[in-house]
Amino acid sequence: MTDRKLVIPGDALGEGRAGHGAYEEDGKVFSCFIGLAEEKGGLHFVIPLSGIYNPKRGDGVIGKIEDVVFSKWIVDINSPYEAVLPLSEATDEFIDLTKTDLTKYFTYGDLIFTEISSVTKTKNVQLSMRDRKCRKLRSGRLITVTPAKVPRIIGKAGSMVEMIKDITKTQIVVGQNGLVWVKGDNEDLAIEAVTEIERKSHIQGLTDQIKAMLEKKMADKYGSQPQPQLQEE
Amino acid sequence: MTSDFTRIDGRKWDELRPIFASVGVLNKADGSAMFRLGNTVAVAGVYGPRKVYPKHEEEAERAILRTKYNMAAFATSERGRPGTSRRSIEISMVTRNALMPIMFLDEFPRTAIDVHIEVLQADASTRCVGINAACLALADAGLPMKDFVASCSAGKVGDKVVLDIAGKEDTEGELDLPVAYYPKKKQITLLQMDGITTGKEAREIIALAAKGAEKIYEAQKAALRTKY
Repeated sequence: MTDRKLVIPGDALGEGRAGHGAYEEDGKVFSCFIGLAEEKGGLHFVIPLSGIYNPKRGDGVIGKIEDVVFSKWIVDINSPYEAVLPLSEATDEFIDLTKTDLTKYFTYGDLIFTEISSVTKTKNVQLSMRDRKCRKLRSGRLITVTPAKVPRIIGKAGSMVEMIKDITKTQIVVGQNGLVWVKGDNEDLAIEAVTEIERKSHIQGLTDQIKAMLEKKMADKYGSQPQPQLQEE
Repeated sequence: MTSDFTRIDGRKWDELRPIFASVGVLNKADGSAMFRLGNTVAVAGVYGPRKVYPKHEEEAERAILRTKYNMAAFATSERGRPGTSRRSIEISMVTRNALMPIMFLDEFPRTAIDVHIEVLQADASTRCVGINAACLALADAGLPMKDFVASCSAGKVGDKVVLDIAGKEDTEGELDLPVAYYPKKKQITLLQMDGITTGKEAREIIALAAKGAEKIYEAQKAALRTKY
C-alpha cells in the first residue's frame, strides 16, 4: 500500500498534476476534499471520506425501479441523478411494445443489481443489464452505507465480503452507490458486520477482527447444532 | 494603533473570544458543524447535492448553492420574532456570496446544495460565526472545495480599534465591520460596515479583521482534522 495521508480542503499536495479530488493553482496541487491523499508518478489524487454517490461508468450499483415508461425504466440509484434502463439494455428477447406490459420484467419497487453503461457531462445516467452479474434482487434486506466506504466493505479483491458470506452463509451484493443487499438466515449478523466495517473503516487488519467477531457470534448462536447452508437461487 | 488597554470583558484589543468548533453534530444532515465564538453559537447543516425543487431553479451545468440563515427566537436576551425577516434574508444572501468563491459547483450539474445556518445564541458577529460553521459543514458533507473562508469582525469602540466585537461593544460601540477572508489568496469575500469612519481607519480595521480570520482559519482546520 502506498503512503496515504489525511488531507482537508486547501491542503497542499506538492507539485505535479491534479487527479481526482485535487486541483491545480499556480503550478501547485491542492486537495479539494477531506480524504486520503495518494501520489502515483506525479499525479496527485484524493479519495474522499464522505459525500454522496457520483455515478461513474462501469460501476455496479443497486437500483430501485421508480417508474415504468413506454420503453424504459427509471431507476433510483441513491444519487441526485436518476438513471434510465432502456428496454434494449434489459433483455435480448423481442418485445412487442404494443402488446407487452413492461412491469412483467421489472415493476415499481423492484431492486436490481445493474451496471452503469454511460454517464454524460450533464449527468444523464444509462444502465445496462447485459453483464452476467446483473440481476433482479428478490426479497432480502437492503442497507445504506457511505459510498466512500464501499471499497472497504468489498476488501482487497473481495476478501472482506467473501469472508462475511462464507461465515454467515448469506448472499450479499454490494453496490458502488452505497447500497448493500443481504439475504439469508443470518441477515442480521451480516448487517451487523457491514455496519461495523463502516464505523471502523480506518482501522488496519479489520478483516481479521470482523472474522473473529462473526465466528464467535455464529458459535454462540448455533453451538454444536448444524449451521444452515447457503441457498443459491 | 497599538495600545495597552483592557476591554469590558477583559480582552486585549487584538484578542479573539474563545473558539470552539465541532464537526458532524447532526445525524440526518449530509454534513454539519457547530461553531462557537465566546457566547455566539451557530449550527450549520448541509444537505445535498440533491435534486432541485422547484425544478425551474435547476442549472444544466452546475449545482446551485442555497443558504438560509435563521436566528432562534431565544438567541437574544429579548425574544426575537421567529421566522424570516428582512435581516435574515440579507444575511442569507451575503453568506452565499461569501461561500461561492471556494466551491466547485460544476462537479454536480442539475443539483442543489442547501446550507442551513441556525444561530442558537447571539452575542454579536452572528453572520461571521454562521459562515465559519457553514464552511466546516460543507467540507464534512464531502463537497469539493478550494479552501475555507474564515470570518471575523472588527470595529471601533470609544475611538479605539478592537478585534471581534462582543456584548456591550456591539450595542454601544461606534463601528462594526464583519469580514470573510479567503486566507490562501488573501481575498475578501464578505465586507459590511455599520458605522462611520475614514478610509484610512477602515483599512486598518479590515486588516485587523483579516488577521483575526487567519486565527479562526487555523481553528477550523484543527476541528475538521479531529473528527477524521
